[in-house]
Amino acid sequence: MLTFTVRRLLYGVLLLFVIVTIAYLLLYAAAGDVGRTILGPTATQATVTLKDQQLGLNSPLITRYFSWLGHALTGNFGSSWFTNQPVTTAILTRLQVTLTLVFGAVIVSAALSAVLGVWAALRGGWVDRIIQVFSVLGFAVPGFLIAVFLVRIFALELHWFKPTGYVPITYYFGGWVRTVTLPIIALSIGLVAGVAQQVRSSVIDALRQDWVRTLRSRGVSERSVLFKHVLRNAGGPALSVLALSFVGLLGGAVIIEEVFGIPGLGQVAVLATSEGDVPLVMGLVVAIGVIVILVNLVIDLLQGFLNPKARIS
Amino acid sequence: MTPNERADMPEPLIVVDDLVVEYPSKGVRRHAFRALKGVSVDIRPGETVGLVGESGSGKTTLGRAILGLAPVTGGSIKFKGREIGSLGRRERRALSSEIQVVFQDPYSSLNPSLTIEQTLTEPLMVRKMPKNDATARVRNLLDQVKLPRDALDRLPREFSGGQRQRIAIARALALSPEFIVCDEPVSALDLSTQARVLDLFKEIQDTTGVAYLFISHDLAVVRNISHRVAVMYHGEIVEYGDGDQVTSHPSDPYTQRLLLAAPVPDPVRQEERRSERRAFLAAGPGELAAAS
Amino acid sequence: MTEAAVSTGVLAPDVTSDMRAARSHLARRFLKNPLGIAALSVLVLIVLAAICAPLLTSYNPNAVSVLSILQGPGAGHLLGTDGAGRDVWSQLLYGARYTLAGALLATVVAAVFGIASGLVAGYYGRWFESAASWVTTLLMALPGIVVLLAARAVLGPSLWTVMIIFGVLLVPAFYRLVFAAVSGVRNELFIDAARVSGVSDLRIIARHILTVVRAPIILQASIVFGIAIAVQVGLDFLGFGDQSIPTWGNMLNDGFTNLYRDPQLVIWPGLAVVITGVALTLFANALRDELEQSAHPSRRRRAAAATAAAATAAATTGDPVRPENDTIIHAEPSSSAPAPLLLHIEGLAVGYPQPDGSVTRVVDNVSLDVRRGEVHGLIGESGSGKTQTAWSVLRLLPAGGEILEGSICLDGEDLSRVSSAEMRDIRGGRIAYIPQEPMSNLDPSFTIGSQLTEPMRTKLGVSKTEAKARALKLLGQVGIPNPERTFASYPHELSGGMAQRVLIAGAVSCEPDLIIADEPTTALDVTIQAEILDLLRELQHELGVTILIVTHNFGVVADLCDRVSVMQKGRIVETGPARAIFADPQHPYTRSLFDAILDESQARGPYAESRA
Repeated sequence: MLTFTVRRLLYGVLLLFVIVTIAYLLLYAAAGDVGRTILGPTATQATVTLKDQQLGLNSPLITRYFSWLGHALTGNFGSSWFTNQPVTTAILTRLQVTLTLVFGAVIVSAALSAVLGVWAALRGGWVDRIIQVFSVLGFAVPGFLIAVFLVRIFALELHWFKPTGYVPITYYFGGWVRTVTLPIIALSIGLVAGVAQQVRSSVIDALRQDWVRTLRSRGVSERSVLFKHVLRNAGGPALSVLALSFVGLLGGAVIIEEVFGIPGLGQVAVLATSEGDVPLVMGLVVAIGVIVILVNLVIDLLQGFLNPKARIS
Repeated sequence: MTPNERADMPEPLIVVDDLVVEYPSKGVRRHAFRALKGVSVDIRPGETVGLVGESGSGKTTLGRAILGLAPVTGGSIKFKGREIGSLGRRERRALSSEIQVVFQDPYSSLNPSLTIEQTLTEPLMVRKMPKNDATARVRNLLDQVKLPRDALDRLPREFSGGQRQRIAIARALALSPEFIVCDEPVSALDLSTQARVLDLFKEIQDTTGVAYLFISHDLAVVRNISHRVAVMYHGEIVEYGDGDQVTSHPSDPYTQRLLLAAPVPDPVRQEERRSERRAFLAAGPGELAAAS
Repeated sequence: MTEAAVSTGVLAPDVTSDMRAARSHLARRFLKNPLGIAALSVLVLIVLAAICAPLLTSYNPNAVSVLSILQGPGAGHLLGTDGAGRDVWSQLLYGARYTLAGALLATVVAAVFGIASGLVAGYYGRWFESAASWVTTLLMALPGIVVLLAARAVLGPSLWTVMIIFGVLLVPAFYRLVFAAVSGVRNELFIDAARVSGVSDLRIIARHILTVVRAPIILQASIVFGIAIAVQVGLDFLGFGDQSIPTWGNMLNDGFTNLYRDPQLVIWPGLAVVITGVALTLFANALRDELEQSAHPSRRRRAAAATAAAATAAATTGDPVRPENDTIIHAEPSSSAPAPLLLHIEGLAVGYPQPDGSVTRVVDNVSLDVRRGEVHGLIGESGSGKTQTAWSVLRLLPAGGEILEGSICLDGEDLSRVSSAEMRDIRGGRIAYIPQEPMSNLDPSFTIGSQLTEPMRTKLGVSKTEAKARALKLLGQVGIPNPERTFASYPHELSGGMAQRVLIAGAVSCEPDLIIADEPTTALDVTIQAEILDLLRELQHELGVTILIVTHNFGVVADLCDRVSVMQKGRIVETGPARAIFADPQHPYTRSLFDAILDESQARGPYAESRA
């Protein structure tokens, strides 16, 4: 198990490295005249050249890359070209907000999918039908549309929740709940759609296996067959789907944050990319990359725990 | 004339000499895996050589090597005097009219989404046979394997295991080959179907003079159809000779063990065989026990 | 969104419709699915509306008019105007063109690259596969939106460029699907057979592989198309789209900005997106349902469908023997007093109700007596109903199976009528089961030890340490050389023979009265088979347990059984002491079975040189 973990970790680090390198090279190669972009069309050429020098843009790309890498490894990602705020600060303050939303959605979705999926697999009937409808809607309707719809009904009409803004959990729990509930619901629906379906088919598949009959022939209780054996075997594929959907979840979060006016990474992403603020975008790439890789690592470990055969690959 | 007087015998069709097949190390496996460790066998025109062994013996690998489906790393395979052990893909394809195959699993050796006609005409189309000739030939093939003409438009799933195996045999015969590798073709069939399909194999051999390498794990099956028999164990041939001899009075201890292990369908004789086996194992063929 | 996995599961046994289904094309069958047809029509309608936009509206979608902003539906404007005075209805129609075309571009890009690389990687493997797998992981690691935002910042707001890049990001969706399908099929025997037939690689890919993977690709394409629409709309919604062209996303952006002033503006583009999305999803679901139905049935002979189909099909080859109504019963040898009856089956009928109301009977009017301490062989070919009979005693028939009539009395108690709870008590404790295929009958996620001890603790109420001690002893008894190591192993670490010994150990662990063994040696090598038969005989003598063994092998019967019952097509045709039946089989079917046994004495004739 230990070698498995270490191997997956190293693989993740390597992947992050590749992503970061490609991103850096692409962004700077296409950045064009940076000094001009920052200072605007009215600035003189002299000021522009001075700015370029200040930003260290006159050395070759490769040198700049290694210099950036060196600083990055010590936690220094430079400063935003437009606000001069250190990238690390800008991102870390927003990171926890986005993480709240995203992990909230993951937990809610996982729990809901497990319950719905197992129920549908065992009982069929109306629960099954609800899941089908749910998943069609979840697939078909983009998360932000659901978000807009939710804002319309629950915030504007019913006033149950706040339509925009974010209250940190440490500040006021009730306020926090009022601000994150709708976004988390909007994010979760898409996720539940996919994962519940997968749970349902995995459970049905597992129940068809030969070893279920053999376990029953030994007099093992139905509860143990289901909750101990079947769920454990069905968990693997469901976790895979969760891992795959997670990346999409992050993307969805960017848009949802816009809809609800939540000061998370999404806002940074939108701002930084629209202005072409490369240091900030690089910081973003690293942050998102780390999140994705960590989450995938955790899910891989969970799968290794559930499924002994997976530990070998 | 006994089979062992080779002087007047025709030239062997297939000569396998000291063949080595090795699968490269991959992923978890550190070392290469030697499936065949220097195997020599020959097959004469119109003859059936039976190849018998348990799982892991390499019998299927030998068949696949002759067909060009296994990585040969040493030794030689000669067909009509010509070396075929390491042919390129294109040259291999040219051999399809001379060397053919019937596989074990009648459920996966036919493409489930193609009709019988499509499956049977495929080898003919590759040879650019005109459509009319192909259709006539396919009808002829169905007759040979005793299947009804209306089978042509149907899909494999509509047939039983025995019938699908007949279709596989028809496909193998399509180009009138001289040699067919039969890889456990009756192992997945019922008793009664097994007997009928074996008779079909023999009949075809008598009419067309095709030669077989007949692979099976069942000594009784191999005895029924083979002129000569080779016994394989862990990638090597441990006994090779006249079929009747090898399958009733073998000289190699492993073959003896195989023979004694197969239960006889007669309670009285099976009791005798059980005591023979007990005595045999107690006498301790120690080197075999250690090797397995 | 989930991966479009094509599953080939076993469905409710339905022989007749299976044969009918085999003939009709997938497309034809799809057309009979009402939901699929409805979804497809909606999609066609939307596309038509987009194409015929100039016919359906006279307004220019980009015509700004300061005087008539935010007007509601009514005079002149079908759906009103937006924040810049543009007609909503015409925006919707022309917007459909751009939105759909953009999504189509992304889908086509993804499909072309994904399918090509999937085919090559799947068929040829090796370095291409490793490289492709790396690239795929890379592409899937970053959220599409972020990449597109960055790309847009660098390349400008062109819809087409962004959609091409997104297409590249979506390549993994097709690659993984095609790769999995191809590598799955590549190892099938019909591919080997095609190669031996001289078919070139290109033709194999085109003919054999693409036909298998065709429908899943269409399925995936519709899902990818939906994702492309969603992401494109999302980007435009954020204000990053090309503002100079009408798209649904731009409309949503405008509508959201004006949410308080004119809340109904978001409804129209929102509806358009939702309806298109729902239609696509329903289309994909219908296609997936039809695909699952057309996949070939499970190869395991256990499913009643396969066996019933085989039996029916076998009948058409001129199977000479029809089942007779009366069972031929051989007399017991008069010297021995008959032992008491342990299992008494009377008039048992087992069947599978079909959707059309009929019932496929797999066991019909079967009566069987098994005496205490004996080994009783139930012999027959595939489709004879022998395994179904065995499973009914355990009341563990596959889904859909029912005991229709008759009684199964274990020591006088009718098992077909006891409650589920009581049956669960009886299983494992009084009746045990040894299955056929050792590897698939052990839960792959748990160690051998845990699978052995769990039932013991439930049934015998012993502690964990006590259970472990018993399990280790049992493993030794069944001839496992290193019980401790096996106890800690997982099923995939064992060989077939060892796994079967473990299953036998499990069966005897709670000291049952009756063991039902379902072809316990069929999946094993002949030398291992002999050892397992020895083991069963030993255990039977030591524990005095009664065994009902299902088999198709007369040798096994001769080796182990005291009495035998022969089954054909769901009925018992002959029964009696083993020696009597072997010496003098009377029923024509039994005789034909014996005739089919390869005669020990007859080898192939000598190799003759002359050829006809």
